[in-house]
Amino acid sequence: MRNYLNIIIAYSIMMFLIILVGIFQSWSIALTIFNYCMISAVMTLGANIQWGYAGLINFGIMGYTALGGLAVVLVSVAPVPEAWRVGGVNMMTCLGIIILMIFSTRYILKNIQKSNKRNYLIAGIIIVGLILIKIIAGPAIEQIEAVDPAKTGFLGGLGLPVLFSWIVGGLFAAGLAFIVGKVALGLRADYLAIATLLIAEIVVSIIKHEDWLARGVKNVIGLKRPAPYEIDLQTSPWFINLVEKFHSAKLDLANSLSERQDILNQLVIDASSVYVKLCFAGMFLVVVIILLIITQKALYSPWGRMMRAIRDNEEAASAMGKNVVKQHLFIFILGSAIVGIAGAMMVTNDGLFTPGSYRPMRYTFVIWVMVIVGGTGNNFGAILGGFVVWFLWVEAAPIALFFINLFTAHLPETNEIKVHLINSAPYFRFLLVGIGLLLIMRFRPQGIIPEKIVKQ
Amino acid sequence: MDLINAVIVLLNYTIIPALTYGSQLALGAIFVTLIYGILRFANFATGDMMSFGTMFAVLLTYYFQSIGINFGFLPTALLTIPFAIFMMILYMLIIDQTVFKYYRIKKSPPVMLAMVSVGVMFVTQAIIRIIIGPTDRRFLDGEKFILKATEFKEMTGLAEGLTIKSTQMITIVVTIIVVAIMFWFLNKTKTGTSMRAYSDNEDLALLSGIDPKKVVLITWIIAGILATIGGILYGLDKSYRPFVYFNNMLPIFAAAIVGGIGNPYGAFFGGYVIAFAEIFLTYAYKRFLVYILPESLEPNSLMQLLSTDYKFAISFSILVIVLIFRPSGIFEGKRI
Repeated sequence: MRNYLNIIIAYSIMMFLIILVGIFQSWSIALTIFNYCMISAVMTLGANIQWGYAGLINFGIMGYTALGGLAVVLVSVAPVPEAWRVGGVNMMTCLGIIILMIFSTRYILKNIQKSNKRNYLIAGIIIVGLILIKIIAGPAIEQIEAVDPAKTGFLGGLGLPVLFSWIVGGLFAAGLAFIVGKVALGLRADYLAIATLLIAEIVVSIIKHEDWLARGVKNVIGLKRPAPYEIDLQTSPWFINLVEKFHSAKLDLANSLSERQDILNQLVIDASSVYVKLCFAGMFLVVVIILLIITQKALYSPWGRMMRAIRDNEEAASAMGKNVVKQHLFIFILGSAIVGIAGAMMVTNDGLFTPGSYRPMRYTFVIWVMVIVGGTGNNFGAILGGFVVWFLWVEAAPIALFFINLFTAHLPETNEIKVHLINSAPYFRFLLVGIGLLLIMRFRPQGIIPEKIVKQ
Repeated sequence: MDLINAVIVLLNYTIIPALTYGSQLALGAIFVTLIYGILRFANFATGDMMSFGTMFAVLLTYYFQSIGINFGFLPTALLTIPFAIFMMILYMLIIDQTVFKYYRIKKSPPVMLAMVSVGVMFVTQAIIRIIIGPTDRRFLDGEKFILKATEFKEMTGLAEGLTIKSTQMITIVVTIIVVAIMFWFLNKTKTGTSMRAYSDNEDLALLSGIDPKKVVLITWIIAGILATIGGILYGLDKSYRPFVYFNNMLPIFAAAIVGGIGNPYGAFFGGYVIAFAEIFLTYAYKRFLVYILPESLEPNSLMQLLSTDYKFAISFSILVIVLIFRPSGIFEGKRI
């Protein structure tokens, strides 16, 4: 128990802060922050597996998050039959060509000796394949995008339940990680960081500009939800009764029947949004707990010890007969898949997919700050990092506003500096997070909850 | 005649813009490569540092305009360069002393320093946005064009016009001057030689009496000059917007690595490789082909290899290809 004391204290403080937000701002905001904290925690767990267990630096988190989001669209949106009719065959042919390209390249790589001939053959396959795809897909894409462009203009998804997409999101991200890992994992640490960042940018720009896939920057809105809708709740009697019972003391204070009805309506509206967010919070909590148990078990298994050995001394681990390259690839895929799940969770929570919003600042660097601040190599630390940094990221503006008002209280309302500072309050989040990162790296480089190595 | 027209089309729409953009990237790439070669880390704050220097140029331009100072037909921003450079170097030295120095003395691994530079990136972005805000700003004044399309058509009687913007000319000329001075400094002066020695082998350089503090100081000064000038030239040519500068970090990194990171010649060259690739692969060749092909072969489509949306993606793909087949870059990297 004593071992876990600092973890319990840290988490209690975090919960207390979120409850404070609930009391002072509103419960709806507190729950929104809590849900996002949980999503960030899942992303951080993924990044922490790569960085903390194996020392692999992955700045491509943005790309995996976006792929996870794409999975939600491709799985849960109802298919657009009209688009499939005009362009489905051509697009499927292209998919076939791509698969054929991959397998023929693999065949050549396996069966022909390393030589110029092999390189020319592979280059030839890729060029011919790309030209074929351009010829076949070009007209089809135009036709698909012309199908009711204001509402659809894309192929749509499979129309399956949205929860299923969380798994698919993980699989998508794992697939991308396999390719990236094969290409880039041999690189030195800082090269790997840059390469993964740039590959993620490529992925995001494809999602952004291929409108037939997921409408690109036109966004997909109104995605399915695994939780009830607010409107439905507000009209269902059991929910109204529940709210009535919950707030009976407050309702009894009302003077007249009409006033009571007004208060009740307002309470029902508030409660419905809180209820929906609670549903999401429950689902996310289940995911976080499952992942935590799995990662924790893995960390203290022989496999976890091997990963640590590889991280701390690659040559020695390799000399002991461990396949470093294979293990690196495996852990890279594993971590990325978890990030993909988080991406799918986030889009499900928002109910909309906005490819334009995937920017490296928010989805790579902030997540990395979470990993470093929380504690590399410790899963509890990673989750805490997700909570702390996301909380600061959201609450930085109100906190900054409070301090600006405090320090400029003696200045008149029209003072130019005061107005300018108040207008730029949102940007203090960068300052807060940056200084936080620098301080942690300087004075506590192992993070808030450091890695704990259990002696066997 | 058709052939000349075709060449003019290419010049106007691809070669001149690519040279301009390439120069801007090259300055940034040399900045990245110097930091990597001498201070030994990938600086993720590159784009924001360039933005920081440019911010002062923008503010000073506005100030100069308000008190009536201008630079004739040249942009006022050129007058502000020395002041902006001074502020930039000051900021870089403060950051170095408060942040980077600790890790340098401790000999932390490069990844650690790269992470720290992410922290610097956050702080720099915050300072920029708090001071100047995130909006788009144009600060170009003076003559806009050196050669207008209509003038060119009248002069030569060709069907195609050639436009040269003054910012394009300024960018290319200033880049040539700055880079020439820098290479002269690195190769011919004693300080430059000691910097190269330090980059090649730190321990050996220290043994032969090179003062590391001086090397680091000079590196930051050169980096400040390159970052500020690169940023101002980009801002004059396009416009100043903090977010765009942050994004520019990515093609700049690509240029530095493609050229061979740690090697300034490679970085200079890499900037142009990236710029030409981006523009040549996204340019619609229809107008060019109409001139050089016989009428029967004239193309119907735009003859564009990739849509301009994928501009950035191209430079990143080049980088990935280079990393796979020649990780040390086109020129041998890690030398200065």
